[in-house]
Amino acid sequence: MTVHKPRPHDAAPLHVAGAARYVDDIPLPANTLHLAFGLSTVARGRVVSMDLSAVRAAPGVALVLTWRDLPGHNDVSPYPLFREPMLAEDEVFYLGMPLFLVAADSHLAARKAARLAKVEYEELPALLTLDDAIAADARFEEGPRIYGRGDLAEGFGAATHIVEGSFEVGGQEHFYLEGMVAAALPQEGGDMIVHASSQHPTEIQHKVAEALHRSMNAVRVEVRRMGGGFGGKESQGNALACACAVVADRTGRSAKMRYDRDDDMMITGKRHDFRIVYRAGCDAEGRITAVEFTQYCRCGWSPDLSLPVADRAMLHADNAYFIPNIRITSHRMITHTQSNTAFRGFGGPQGMVGIERVLDHLAHAVGRDPVEVRRLNYYAAPAGADPATPQPGAAHRFGGAHSPKDWLPQPQTTPYGQEVEDFLLHEMTEALLTSSDYAARRAAIAEWNAANPLLKRGIAFSPVKFGISFTLTHLNQAGALVHVYQDGSIHLNHGGTEMGQGLFQKVAQVAADRFGVPLETVKITATDTAKVPNTSATAASSGTDLNGMAVKAACDEIRDRLARFVAERQQADAATVRFADGRVHVGTESFPFAEVIRDAWMARVSLSSTGFYATPKIVWDRIRGQGRPFYYFAYGAAVTEVVIDTLTGENRILRADILHDCGASLNPALDIGQIEGGYVQGAGWLTTEELVWDQSGRLRTHAPSTYKIPACSDRPPVFNVALWEAANREDTIYRSKAVGEPPLMLGISALLALSDAVAACGDGSVYPALDAPATAERVLWAVRRVRGGA
Amino acid sequence: MTQVTLTVNGKSVSRDVPDTMLLSEFLREELRLTGTHVGCDTSQCGACVVHLDGRAVKSCTALAVAHSGSAVTTIEGLASGKTLHPMQEAFNEHHGLQCGFCTTGMIMTGVDMVNRYKAAGKALTPEAIRKELEGNICRCTGYHNIVKAIEDAATRMDGMAQAAE
Ligand code: FES
Ligand code: FES
Repeated sequence: MTVHKPRPHDAAPLHVAGAARYVDDIPLPANTLHLAFGLSTVARGRVVSMDLSAVRAAPGVALVLTWRDLPGHNDVSPYPLFREPMLAEDEVFYLGMPLFLVAADSHLAARKAARLAKVEYEELPALLTLDDAIAADARFEEGPRIYGRGDLAEGFGAATHIVEGSFEVGGQEHFYLEGMVAAALPQEGGDMIVHASSQHPTEIQHKVAEALHRSMNAVRVEVRRMGGGFGGKESQGNALACACAVVADRTGRSAKMRYDRDDDMMITGKRHDFRIVYRAGCDAEGRITAVEFTQYCRCGWSPDLSLPVADRAMLHADNAYFIPNIRITSHRMITHTQSNTAFRGFGGPQGMVGIERVLDHLAHAVGRDPVEVRRLNYYAAPAGADPATPQPGAAHRFGGAHSPKDWLPQPQTTPYGQEVEDFLLHEMTEALLTSSDYAARRAAIAEWNAANPLLKRGIAFSPVKFGISFTLTHLNQAGALVHVYQDGSIHLNHGGTEMGQGLFQKVAQVAADRFGVPLETVKITATDTAKVPNTSATAASSGTDLNGMAVKAACDEIRDRLARFVAERQQADAATVRFADGRVHVGTESFPFAEVIRDAWMARVSLSSTGFYATPKIVWDRIRGQGRPFYYFAYGAAVTEVVIDTLTGENRILRADILHDCGASLNPALDIGQIEGGYVQGAGWLTTEELVWDQSGRLRTHAPSTYKIPACSDRPPVFNVALWEAANREDTIYRSKAVGEPPLMLGISALLALSDAVAACGDGSVYPALDAPATAERVLWAVRRVRGGA
Repeated sequence: MTQVTLTVNGKSVSRDVPDTMLLSEFLREELRLTGTHVGCDTSQCGACVVHLDGRAVKSCTALAVAHSGSAVTTIEGLASGKTLHPMQEAFNEHHGLQCGFCTTGMIMTGVDMVNRYKAAGKALTPEAIRKELEGNICRCTGYHNIVKAIEDAATRMDGMAQAAE
């Protein structure tokens, strides 16, 4: 078996030697042109005049293009109903928007020249903040989307406690360590080869074809690896690839574009920031009776992927809790800033942190430990679960249409009507609270706080229930291509891209297991639109689920042919042929795999196959907000302890304990890596990572000097991560579960722990209402507030 | 254009380059040693760390001409032949990487750190490693395995001659 093993990342030996190749490392012809965009210096305005003579005359410059010079579509949008120009067409919509394109003989020459343009604008009023956008009612879609169920009036009527608030949730810069980069190499007959650091090679192919005014079969896109993606390379790489292709096509020279880090942060979109206005009610014990959310999602200037992001935020507004009466209203607001885009969790984290804030606020109102209130509101455990497991929620609800009709525990449904069939959090919570010694530490912290006037500690638990599948149902498909060569070596290709998550290794483990050969027999190859066409982005955590199944299908096709061949030769039943230990077993005999392959080739058996997979069971109506958008849910839980300095607001994470569900993990080492990295990234989002725009719409935090990404010293000194090993109830690849995005939301516990520490500064009567990111300033203000000073 | 002469990974190289050329560009463009990565362009992420006369520096903020005559070791010069440096082995074995983009800088910083602590006769505790890595950003791993790898490599490097570079 090569699956369920902690294999290191396949490229680790190359990485440690500095021999793993990224796009910027690919040798290109000596006369390659290097590109840079000239950027808008105002947030919104009409271009009155643009004098590019100094740019053209700058040393090393070969070519300068504006939108008028483009041969095909000037559109890099991933969203078919909105045109997003690669180069602004006389009107700019954010400060940093590309206006013109410079091609020069070096990266530096291109960047220097791009600064020499003389552009006059007629400035127009810009909407920069959510308040601006709300005041102007500037939005995408005709009105808000509304999902919900039950009867709010009835729910609030039954409540003994009602809390209200408005919660700001900041955005987040991806800071993939390898910045955006692409290169294009012109071929004969107008064909183009593109290398891109992209999570979505097919979309690059599509956009480049449109930019060149050719069909997709003229463009081949290859992606070997990215130096991190996190969603930031789902759509935002289109502009670089199209720019390179246009220049390469026009000049016959290869072209490369790498955003300098400052440019990268100025041009590309980030995680959507949200304002979440809530009103929630519960009974005397803390059982939720009604929740009303209004989510304001700041999209930036173009829709990009904002609509599905905002949808997913709505779909995670319940997180792990059964809420009988709920309404979620989602406004997708336009501002004249970078177009916010996909970021690990894709809106899910924003929705989830909203309901976690509500649970925390309700627990404060009721005066109970927030963990108890959370557990009280959990979805019911599935039918047939251990009867000893408490099943809050299943037993008592309002007598409305959503209550279980008889005593048999029915799966409860989410606000959008999906049954929660495998709710693991009751057991996981119990296990984590025990392993992290939560109760004793909570008591110890209270004692410590009583004795320490300046430093205060806080501890918090938070659960994660994250839906797995693209909410655009047609994206849930994947293809693979497998060749077995006559020497028995295997060539593996699929539509997923590698950004460090270990997808290639997991999928290779699957292929090796199907053929019963050592992992070394399988060669992992770069994602290539010429090998597997029409792929979906590697996103929504679905890379392994989709591509692993497609690879399995391709391998099994070849395996069946081999089995028939061997069975016929040995006069046996094909069903009894087994592939294991590098051999093919039939009856009492066995043959080396490579020998069988050679014989099969001699006997003219096809040793190549494609494979295809489409996720079953999912149906979703995004307008009505009803259906089963997700194939299954992945779960996790975290306990975080922090300390704050009440004089400065400075704070530290002291300890984190995590229990996370990866189903039957394909590769525990890679999965634990995703969990650790996800937690730190999520905690960074909610604590130190603050994006600041000034009044002119200029992003002021456009480098890691001003934008604080967690450093090594920020990660918790005590960091215990364990996997909840239970096979997925759905028939996924080897019963594993997706792991890319869910762990990010474990970081929510860090924000809640800070809030707990702040609460300890006052007499407990004021809820801290800490916004995110909870920077030192915000913590300090919250401390003053609970002490009645602000 | 100025002539720059450097000893890179034990070999002497000479090139005429613009005065503005960064050491990172010199290594990547002139010598095609692309294991030195550029992450932030502004001296903050540590992806570009190399050893200059035995000390870790960020090559994205060093001018090549300013260091003519110096000896440079890059990630490509760390292994001896086919045998990986203990720091490289440790990162490989402890899953100290995901996307790998920070890895070469982390390894170069790690080697420098261990050498300095050994020379000073100080113990390289996990706390010290966490502090020392302040100038190296990893966006993927959460650092847990990076610290483990450096800790383990420090032990493995005990036997190594100090003057390896
Ligand atoms: S590229 Fe040199 S420190 Fe980031
Ligand atoms: S492994 Fe990706 S940045 Fe460190």
